[in-house]
Amino acid sequence: MLDDSKPLFVAVAEQIEDGILDGTYAEEDPVPSTNELAAFLRINPATAGKGFNLLVDAGVLIKRRGIGMFVAPGAREALRQRRRSAFQDQFIAPLLREAAQLGITAEDLADMITKEVAR
Amino acid sequence: MTAIVTQGLSKHYPEVRALDGVSIELEEHRIHGLLGRNGAGKTTLMQLLTGQVFATAGSMQVLGASPVENADVLSQTCFIQESQRYPDTFRPIDVLRIAAGAYPNWEQALADQLVDDFRLPVKRTIKKLSRGQLSAIGIVIGLASRAPLTFFDEPYLGLDAVARRMFYDYLLADFSQHPRTIVLSTHHIDEVANLLEHVVILDQGRVLLDADTDELQHAAIGVSGRAADVDAFLAGREVLERTALGSLASATVTAHDGDERAARDAGLDVSPVSLQALFVHLTTASAAGAASPTAPATDVATN
Repeated sequence: MLDDSKPLFVAVAEQIEDGILDGTYAEEDPVPSTNELAAFLRINPATAGKGFNLLVDAGVLIKRRGIGMFVAPGAREALRQRRRSAFQDQFIAPLLREAAQLGITAEDLADMITKEVAR
Repeated sequence: MTAIVTQGLSKHYPEVRALDGVSIELEEHRIHGLLGRNGAGKTTLMQLLTGQVFATAGSMQVLGASPVENADVLSQTCFIQESQRYPDTFRPIDVLRIAAGAYPNWEQALADQLVDDFRLPVKRTIKKLSRGQLSAIGIVIGLASRAPLTFFDEPYLGLDAVARRMFYDYLLADFSQHPRTIVLSTHHIDEVANLLEHVVILDQGRVLLDADTDELQHAAIGVSGRAADVDAFLAGREVLERTALGSLASATVTAHDGDERAARDAGLDVSPVSLQALFVHLTTASAAGAASPTAPATDVATN
């Protein structure tokens, strides 16, 4: 359920981000509490808290004292921008590495992508 | 505040140094893992911290004071021992009644719920209980006591995977609502890794590792690829384990900033190292180092 190649609290933050990106948590809506998420993922509450703090520091979540945490206005677009700039490193570079290993040219790749989109 | 501080804590028996110069600090309101192979000194450390045996040397502070013959500290402490013995004629209900009187923060509603969920036959005599049912008594007491400092020493011998998972869920839920200091000693490292905030690994009576689990996720990495590339990368690094298959090799190394990228740039596959894998590598490397201090903990390429 969580990406185990990353520190746990980063994986927790990314899971909340995914929820914001796919609309599970709309802007200005509350997100689960630290304890709820910790129980759900079976992880230490402090670790879940660190994940939430990452998002608060990044301006993705807003803390309202005594009430809980909420998705910040504009968070979805900001996350999209950030993920887009990481897309090349995370997805395109490994794709090209594997393609080079198999002797697939950039043109072949472009063809494959066009075909896949059309399916 | 720190819940536990020890300095040079030692327990020597005529034949063995069960604990040898242990200096640790355990912060309060955290779940700490106390890990180690059999005979590493985990139980001895917990017995010292709960005043059940006396130290040969060193000092300790538990909840701000020495635990030795200190009723104030001990009433705030709950120690669930592996293979706890009870009088044969007792029934679980008798044991729980005594525990309810002994622990100031005892929560009877939680105890009742745990008894139901673990299907503990409270009116059967202790000697007729299974190993798992005996463990369940310890779990009920350890959780329902809500002691500010709770030690679980291998609390689930004989419990099946479902019951162990139930224990983790209850532990997390109750810890979230009532933060307190938990020290959990277990061999089921993979199962508890995500529950722990801090880990102490003991080996042959000494501290082999003392770190927050967050840091440990970067402490080591696994690399694999062509043996020549792997070996070039390993040069000058601390190797915990290396295996080879023909012209391929994989290794686990202690990692520093930038190592992961360096390995990728060298054309190697990089994988995370779980707490359990790290534990196995560290304790194995330590054993190899103790056997022959000058020999590296690596094998020789067999291609």
